[in-house]
Amino acid sequence: MSQLTVLKQNDISQDSTDEARYNFYKTLSEKRIDLPPTKIETLQINLTKLCNQTCLHCHVDASPKRKEQMDLDSVNRCLEILATNPEIRNLDLTGGAPELNPHFDYLVTEAKKLNKHIMVRHNLTVTIDGNPVTGESKEYLPEFYAQNQVEVISSLPYYQEYFTDKQRGKGVFEKSIESILLLNKEGFGKERTGLELNFVYNPVGAFLPAPQESLEADFKRELFKKYEIEFNKLFVITNMPINRFKQQLKRLGAYDEYMTKLVNAFNPTAAEGAMCRSLISVSHDGRIYDCDFNQMLEMDVILDHEPMTIFNFDYHKLANREIMFGSHCYGCTAGSGSSCGGATA
Amino acid sequence: MNYYDSKDLKRFGEVGNFSEDLMKKFFDYYNAAVGQDGALSKREKALIALAVSHVKQCPYCIDSYTTQCLESGADPEQMTEAIHVAASLEAGITLIHGVQMHNSLKRNGAL
Repeated sequence: MSQLTVLKQNDISQDSTDEARYNFYKTLSEKRIDLPPTKIETLQINLTKLCNQTCLHCHVDASPKRKEQMDLDSVNRCLEILATNPEIRNLDLTGGAPELNPHFDYLVTEAKKLNKHIMVRHNLTVTIDGNPVTGESKEYLPEFYAQNQVEVISSLPYYQEYFTDKQRGKGVFEKSIESILLLNKEGFGKERTGLELNFVYNPVGAFLPAPQESLEADFKRELFKKYEIEFNKLFVITNMPINRFKQQLKRLGAYDEYMTKLVNAFNPTAAEGAMCRSLISVSHDGRIYDCDFNQMLEMDVILDHEPMTIFNFDYHKLANREIMFGSHCYGCTAGSGSSCGGATA
Repeated sequence: MNYYDSKDLKRFGEVGNFSEDLMKKFFDYYNAAVGQDGALSKREKALIALAVSHVKQCPYCIDSYTTQCLESGADPEQMTEAIHVAASLEAGITLIHGVQMHNSLKRNGAL
């Protein structure tokens, strides 16, 4: 048996132990909470794992070295799903840097024709860096987003350089500011333009986020004072104890402390508002998951004994499925809750 | 063996084993004073507590309030300024006693 196989088996065995110790189903049962899907309003697509950045806590493990991309057939199938299911009002595009998928512009413009609300998880720096593989420029993005009235949602770990660069890499803060100013110039984040620019804050380390309202006030005050930057909302999210961040916690010997903190902060109201109840997540290869985190943990939605994909998509079956939970779900239900749209309670 | 073990902080409640009522009163007072927004925000209180923790050199409190500061939205720059406030107060407190020394020098006829 190779050393790598032994290491992988150790990881799987360790993950099973962690699941048993931090059993989310047990918490739901003890508190008599049932979390079925409500209705599917959002189709979230992970278009690529390719990214111009390599962030410390990226649950996707995205980087300039990743090659996974959604192909044109799958993109068209997603558009078909959007066209035939009016209940799905929102299209949420993520990655990696979703703009690095070669069919990104086509998907956005076609979804706009279907009158869908389009959100893009835009990392800001891709506008400045361009495509790390082909060198293609992405400077057109702010104007493209304005034309298609995309809601831009961007990670900005802090309003200062130190925390931002520590989490997202050296020089990221400066480039992010440059990119935000370009978005502001197009009207994003400004009053009465209808062009929304929202930021996402997540803690730089093994601690829970501060309350959304107070941090948003800090971000608004400081960013305007220093750079005259304007934006709409700050979404505060909790770091999910999976993949890179979980490995970091284990290295620091802080995993159990972090999990205990999340478990102790379990909030039933936050659980009620969990995003998996109104969203489905699609991977680059067309598989369907309850959320982006389940996707990264390869917890496929299984219906009729086979993984559901965009090619055997069935709205009714999905709306009546049982959502799959794991220990990471404590991340979404701690304190004020955490979702792609920030606090849930 | 270490005299201070970070795990011991979780055993704080044990101090109430022989006087439960007094300890409950202490925790109620402590939580009301530190754990809630009031005229001061939780962040401001956490920064004050961090500064006091350094002055009193309590490793439990330094660990705890470093986390509290981060979880209430403070950053390392603000936290460092808070302990400089503490350190400068400590220096000032030491130096102001120099007047006491001068008084004593006078009494001894040396000044």
